[in-house]
Amino acid sequence: MAYESMVAEMITIRGHNNDPISAYTARPMGPGPFPGVVLIHHLPGWGEHYREMTRKFAHHGYAAISHNLYERVGTGSADDVAAKARAQGGVADAQVVGDTEAAVQWLKVQPYVNGKVGVIGSCSGGRQTFYYACHTKSIDAAVELWGGRVVMDDVSEKQPVAPIEFTKNLSCPLLGIFGNEDRAPSPEQVDQHEAELKKHGKNYEFHRYDGAGHGFTYYHRPMYRVEQALDAWEKIFAFFKKHLAA
Amino acid sequence: MCTSIVEIARAEGSARSVTGWFSLTHSVVCYDHPQHALLDDAITIDFVNDQLEPGARAAVELTLESAKALSAALLKAIDASE
Repeated sequence: MAYESMVAEMITIRGHNNDPISAYTARPMGPGPFPGVVLIHHLPGWGEHYREMTRKFAHHGYAAISHNLYERVGTGSADDVAAKARAQGGVADAQVVGDTEAAVQWLKVQPYVNGKVGVIGSCSGGRQTFYYACHTKSIDAAVELWGGRVVMDDVSEKQPVAPIEFTKNLSCPLLGIFGNEDRAPSPEQVDQHEAELKKHGKNYEFHRYDGAGHGFTYYHRPMYRVEQALDAWEKIFAFFKKHLAA
Repeated sequence: MCTSIVEIARAEGSARSVTGWFSLTHSVVCYDHPQHALLDDAITIDFVNDQLEPGARAAVELTLESAKALSAALLKAIDASE
């Protein structure tokens, strides 16, 4: 059996407004070149699950980085920090763009990266992935997992415009994964999201699963649906393989 | 379900976290993903001091039915005290 190894470590990058933010990185050992993937963590925080997802991409041959959108909220357990971020109204969209662009650019200058970078996120991170993909020209593929509030009425100072309004600016192919039993995004909201992508002639593919709701790949939560999750992961890796090959 | 259901009330009193007692500034009530309770969504209540580090938090995650029962119990106790 071939020898396997990976490097996984915490680093600091310069995010939005040049603020220092933490990021967890993982990649296979060896010179590469590996495609790059940026993971945008979900609302429950920058915790163990996103560490595991980052290593999962490294296991599959990617150089991966997951940056901490909650760095400015404070330090402590991921649960506590996420609770404080939620009480503060979440993270400003402008900050997400700045922080994620920094993670993308960090990957692009690594000697073991092939120059191609994709972004993936779930839940709030799915929304932010789509939002970011409409505000950059730096990436080659985006994967939105059940992005809640792409279609939204409750705009705020931090999130002043619904992401769907920026669809015309989407700069790369998009893969969307949704559960038909989800209430946010609801199937009707996913319909609106898809109609807007069609209207602007965007390169996208949506997969919508029966028997699944929100977060159905989270194997540590009761929403986990093994059959749908395995199929979704196959589609994610096929999508990134297609668009991130050198 | 990815919600933005967050209600925040000013709070005066104390709560106990894993590191000890602290003074409260707010109670934060949400309906969203729980961290520990085996539910898709839950009413979460955080008693916090927003002037301190994020660990200044006493948290609960409840089913909707439990939250309704708690709400009724709170009102009854408050009524009885007044």
